[in-house]
Amino acid sequence: MRVRAQFMMVMALDKCIGCHTCSVTCKQAWTNRNGTDYVWFNNVETKPGIGYPKHYEDQERWKGGWKLDGRERLQLKAGGRVRKLLHIFANPDLPVIDDYYEPWTYDYGHLVQAPLGDAAPVLSARSRLTGKPTALEWGPNWEDNLGGATERAREDPNLASIQDRVRLDYEHVFMFYLPRICEHCLNPSCVASCPSGAMYKREEDGIVLVDQDKCRSWRFCVSGCPYKKVYFNHVTGKAEKCTFCYARVEDGEPTICSETCVGRIRYIGIVLYDLDAVTAAASALDERDLVEAHRDLFLDARDPDVVAAAQDSGVPHDWIEAAQHSPVYALARELRVALPLHPEFRNLPMVWYVPPLAPVLDSLAVAGFDAEDPADVFAAIEHLRIPIEYLANLLAAGDVAPVEESLRKQTAMRAYKRAEQLTGRGDPAVAEAAGLDAASLEHLYRLLALANYDERYVIPRSHREDVGALQTEHWSLDFPGVFETRRGQEVPLPHRKEAR
Amino acid sequence: MTGAAGWEILLFVALPYVALTVFVVGHVWRYRFDRFGWTARSSELYEKRWLQLGSPLFHLGVILAVAGHVLGILVPESLTEDLGIPESLYAFVAAAGGTTAVVLILAGLGILSVRRITGPRVRNASSTSDRIMYPLMWIMILLGVLETVGYNVFGPGYDYRPTVAVWFRSLFVFDPDVSGIVAAPVVYQVHVTVAWLFLALFPFTRLVHAWSLPYSYLWRPYIVYRRRRTRPDPSPGESAAWTTIARR
Ligand code: SF4
Ligand code: SF4
Repeated sequence: MRVRAQFMMVMALDKCIGCHTCSVTCKQAWTNRNGTDYVWFNNVETKPGIGYPKHYEDQERWKGGWKLDGRERLQLKAGGRVRKLLHIFANPDLPVIDDYYEPWTYDYGHLVQAPLGDAAPVLSARSRLTGKPTALEWGPNWEDNLGGATERAREDPNLASIQDRVRLDYEHVFMFYLPRICEHCLNPSCVASCPSGAMYKREEDGIVLVDQDKCRSWRFCVSGCPYKKVYFNHVTGKAEKCTFCYARVEDGEPTICSETCVGRIRYIGIVLYDLDAVTAAASALDERDLVEAHRDLFLDARDPDVVAAAQDSGVPHDWIEAAQHSPVYALARELRVALPLHPEFRNLPMVWYVPPLAPVLDSLAVAGFDAEDPADVFAAIEHLRIPIEYLANLLAAGDVAPVEESLRKQTAMRAYKRAEQLTGRGDPAVAEAAGLDAASLEHLYRLLALANYDERYVIPRSHREDVGALQTEHWSLDFPGVFETRRGQEVPLPHRKEAR
Repeated sequence: MTGAAGWEILLFVALPYVALTVFVVGHVWRYRFDRFGWTARSSELYEKRWLQLGSPLFHLGVILAVAGHVLGILVPESLTEDLGIPESLYAFVAAAGGTTAVVLILAGLGILSVRRITGPRVRNASSTSDRIMYPLMWIMILLGVLETVGYNVFGPGYDYRPTVAVWFRSLFVFDPDVSGIVAAPVVYQVHVTVAWLFLALFPFTRLVHAWSLPYSYLWRPYIVYRRRRTRPDPSPGESAAWTTIARR
């Protein structure tokens, strides 16, 4: 048994207001450089929708993640080592820029340089790739609030199994936001796909990074990640991805996206797991067992045997303590309300989601019931299949049971606390029916509703004795040494000018 | 070396040595100081359809051509004779292999060049070194086509093995003998001169990715873990700061 610590994030989707603050602050911190114009390490999608890049969840098309081969062993979905090397001259599974969107800017100088005229000068969009005027036909949040959903949302792969029953007209549609970052997977297919060995998982905290000095532009990580969260910097020719803001978490601070999250939906903490159990968990025969197999990987840091094993494996004492107070362990394993995104990709992703009640409540209201009455809500969870099956396709490989469990617990907690506020006393029977005892209910309430800063983020610092070896001190994605230069161009786009 | 004219010494002795020195030192320098820039800098993100066709053709052709050069120039004629390979067989293999390489490269480089020139995204992303390397490669390759196909398939044939190849090998034993190359047709002389220029520029372009074929992927464990070193990193930006340990 080799115990390792890993950062994990949980997002409570009901609280996301779709403001994109996380995306913007992340972009300011990490991807405002040349070649990363189209890159959003954090993006917020509206579901149902096809996402960013388009249809990224459809692995029959993109071949990301893992599959079980004929002998029930894990294999990269895009094919093994030999196949990769044979395709090294052109990666057949790579998305192109149009699958994301053509990045654009505006010719701002025109505002002050336009000759005097009757009409006020107007800015037109210019492609960041060619400098030419470009028509805006797609963007990173083109589907915001179901924009264009009547045209394209049916292509959402999560709707496939309920295609014939779902209705996307205004009265019947449901929606919610899905903020996404790199999952910092326990079984990262991006790392496995990189022929150069440039991608790696940090043993101390599980953060997955790209070694910029070893990346050789083969691009298999981009296609290998089923969440499409490795991006190709088209100026430097190197892969880049979400860094889990290691510079901040090494210092005990939450990631930028979490720190600035308006809805306070994000939770960061440590979980302990056994490195030797990872492959078996990812190889569960039935896709629907993957959620439980993944949950079982998280060790109970309060168990003295686990503590002893963790100490033997060199996990520092304060990290074990942090794991004991981990909000993410509580939400994912103890309270069992959080679920992984697309477990069927077999990557064992480490950003989990508390499924939203909102779509169920919306459907309930449409059907003429009282969304505040727990009895109605429970009945809805039982009978309103469409939003629940959708959530199950998204978060549980199609198995509705774990989604229902989470939604029931959330409903019970709300009903109990509501009654407590209004009448001074909640009904424990409601809570028990949903599988929550008094202490768990209180814990769930503290985490989801109060969501105090120091309860949402329990982040142990890197160890002081490691000072000098921390990546914070040595790492930069923006190296002043890009050897190949680019020619200047007619339109004075800001990034072209600074490119050497 | 007696009797060689000044320009002959310059082109066929001085230039090769300068080019080779730049080639070697340039690579060492680049690897030490610009590992971040050491990349194939793929343009597949901009355009995929034509790249998927042109790139494999070009690369396979180049591999074949490099193998042909090794066989034809580094392996002395006496060795193939000693091995009992008749001259006619050698000539046939050289002509067939050479023609295949020529077809692959012309098709591949043709597609890639058209794609680079006519596609605004790829064109705009082209670097200065691309703008130098593409024409240089075209010159070198067209001369090569003239030699392989023009001289040896349709023309009278020219045996470069007792001449050009002897001169080339003499450079590496530091006993340059220019008589062979001086006696060769002008096409061969221009071809080798352009090739030296090409080699001198090579380390400063993205062609360095040729040295980075990731063959160790074939046996490396899939998931790579790195552990923080306890000793401080000697120089910022050195990737050796993290040691590699692995699973599976
Ligand atoms: S989500 Fe992150 S860690 Fe997982 S495969 Fe994609 S890039 Fe790698
Ligand atoms: S900042 Fe928070 S609430 Fe706003 S979109 Fe991002 S995750 Fe949602």
